[in-house]
Amino acid sequence: MNRRDSLKAIGLTALSTTVLVGACSPSEEKKEVVASEKEAGREQWETDRDQKLKAETFFTKHEIATISVLVDIIIPKDDFSGSATEAKVPEFIEFIVKDIPEHQVPLRGGLKWLDIQCFNRYESSFIEATPKEQISIIDEIAYPKKAKPEMLAGVAFFNRMRSLTASGFYTTEMGVKDIGYVGNVPNQWPGVPSEVLKQYGLEGIKI
Amino acid sequence: MSDFQIKKSSTVYDAIVVGSGAGGGMAAYVLANAGQKVLMLEAGQYFDPRIDAQQMKWPWESPRRGAGTTRPFGDFDASYGGWQLEGEPYTTKDKTEFEWFRSRMLGGRTNHWGRISLRMGPIDFKPTDGLTDPWPITYADLKPFYDKVDRMIGIYGTAEGIENEPDGIFMKPPKPRLHELLIKKGAEKAGVPVITGRGAVMTEEIKGNKDRAPCFYCGQCGRSCKVYGDFSASSCLVIPAVSTGNLTVITDAMVREVITDKDGLAKGVSYVNRKDLQEYQVNAKLVILGASACESARILLNSKSSHHQNGLANKSGVVGKYLHDSTGASVSGFLPQLMDRKRYNEDGLGSVHIYSPWWVDNKKLDFPRGYHIEYGGGMRMPSYGFSGGVPTQNGMVPDRNGKMKEAGGYGTSLKDDYRRLYGTGVSMAGRGTAIAREDNYCEIDPNVVDKYGIPVLRFHYKWAKEEVLQAKHMQETFLSIMKEMGAIVTSKIEGAENNYGLEAPGKIIHEVGTIRMGDDPKKSALNKYCQAHDCKNLFVVDAAPFVQQGDKNATWTILALAMRTAEYILAEKKKQNI
Repeated sequence: MNRRDSLKAIGLTALSTTVLVGACSPSEEKKEVVASEKEAGREQWETDRDQKLKAETFFTKHEIATISVLVDIIIPKDDFSGSATEAKVPEFIEFIVKDIPEHQVPLRGGLKWLDIQCFNRYESSFIEATPKEQISIIDEIAYPKKAKPEMLAGVAFFNRMRSLTASGFYTTEMGVKDIGYVGNVPNQWPGVPSEVLKQYGLEGIKI
Repeated sequence: MSDFQIKKSSTVYDAIVVGSGAGGGMAAYVLANAGQKVLMLEAGQYFDPRIDAQQMKWPWESPRRGAGTTRPFGDFDASYGGWQLEGEPYTTKDKTEFEWFRSRMLGGRTNHWGRISLRMGPIDFKPTDGLTDPWPITYADLKPFYDKVDRMIGIYGTAEGIENEPDGIFMKPPKPRLHELLIKKGAEKAGVPVITGRGAVMTEEIKGNKDRAPCFYCGQCGRSCKVYGDFSASSCLVIPAVSTGNLTVITDAMVREVITDKDGLAKGVSYVNRKDLQEYQVNAKLVILGASACESARILLNSKSSHHQNGLANKSGVVGKYLHDSTGASVSGFLPQLMDRKRYNEDGLGSVHIYSPWWVDNKKLDFPRGYHIEYGGGMRMPSYGFSGGVPTQNGMVPDRNGKMKEAGGYGTSLKDDYRRLYGTGVSMAGRGTAIAREDNYCEIDPNVVDKYGIPVLRFHYKWAKEEVLQAKHMQETFLSIMKEMGAIVTSKIEGAENNYGLEAPGKIIHEVGTIRMGDDPKKSALNKYCQAHDCKNLFVVDAAPFVQQGDKNATWTILALAMRTAEYILAEKKKQNI
């Protein structure tokens, strides 16, 4: 099918609708003010919803600053790639909590829990504590199986933060490169490379 | 003063087709190509994969990184719709559950499906278990149409000579990926056969078809395909049918009911336009429903008249009954031997490269029929939820120094674990025969209408003990394959209290059976050509006519049946019977 035919398909659709809608009075038309232009392959309400969410702010400056410290503790810069903040993970988390509101209370509450823990121990909020102090608390919530019962709220919070950080980091260009995903290009699939078959002793396996 | 009016068109089409999915698309394609003037009504909006597919997008092009917030299968999935639609509710009865997935778009759910294309076999049409019902047709009746669908649309696979897994006319299959070879090896040890997959993806050119290009292996069929390399009803049926000049498509046309004349024959359809909310009535010499099993049943039940007091084509009372969706259960985990694996592009194609057809002799079992197994895994494109299991898995395997460590963590060590464990995942899912039973049904809820004022469906669905036993068997099989592969299972193993992980009915999106065909008008709504017993110019071409599904995914059978029905219509018209 060529472009002309596709357009014809759309044209015919529009035409037939127009003919039948003909009885509709002109004053009834264009009542709706469309906030954003139609994106190919997306429903209008999806585009409108995205724009609305992007215009809103959920986290306070203090909360976002705390998130920025946490995501870099979870995914710091190393020899292979940059840090979570370099990959704009805090911006992703700001968006996703508006998109998936069930993250909101656990994250807001968890951040507060973290600050209170820190304040009780070191008389400072988490971001104002020293890196050593910060890590001493993280060590108590980063290992679910060995965490003390009184730290379980922190464990649940850190689990969520860790998952969102991985989601936010590995879905960026930097993260995709780091993890080594090399697909999403037109190609032919020649099967498993022979050296890999050999490595796993699968040369003889036939489907 | 009221502005309310129904806009009646004076045109009389040869046929009106309701719905543009596999069934409606095929019926319209055959009729339009035979010179019939056809009007198609689609409840959703226009969709052309060439323009609208989200194919080849990177995860960062979605603000939610592909999460399934607004689309159940993720932000890049092709479906406009889901299990819940704004303003279009459905209800359930007696504390039972049913999940109803609807796509509101040209091509319907064929834009995003798994393209797994299995023929039903001789035993599926004429079962011998004593519990499941036979069809009024045999495999031999449908085989020529399966063959034609294969040639016309394109399907890959391998000839295996398995009796109830009939071979088709296959294009070359994709080669297996690494984890699929490990599955084959492990499954064989567990006594489970694994064969090459069968899918509606063009791996070779189709002679004479210049509209479609072969697969280029992005593995993203769920997003629909810009080169029409896989089967969607939009790209392969409806859009080509429009270019014959004989098919007119009206989108955003939500059908209210089929209108009948004083003799009880169908004369047209009334619909509401979803955009301007105006009412329309269009006329034709015959009406073909392909709105989906449940939606077509809903239209018939809402089409009451003095001739058809029980709803159209429902003198038998079976419309809405015998609803059944495939059974489904799954297990997932990871393969420690694949840690630190070499990176290369293994996207492959977006349907299945391998699967396990049903293999057990039922004499040894406590349930009839069976299931097939679909497998997953590999180095996939990261998206929302990526590597969520790593902070658990890293406590289950030795680290680089051969020592066990505490699960969880953070920092460079965790970052290393993400890399080490990437591409080690493996999963398996069963899709099995559910039993068509009279007391699993949809009916009109007398108390509820949708936002267009159309009475909605109310579902009543319970799994039978045979289906639960089948799920138990699935789970045991999966665990034994996982064990033989050396995989570590990470998904929760459900027990009897949760039906062994059997999914809620409707979740597999293979619902069929609500307007069943049969030879006896007292026990069926349609004859063996999917023509209504009570209304000879009314036909149904979606999955509603299915008497009893096999474990096979429904689409290929919908296509073959719809083609057969459309050819029957042409033949009957020639004989002036309709």
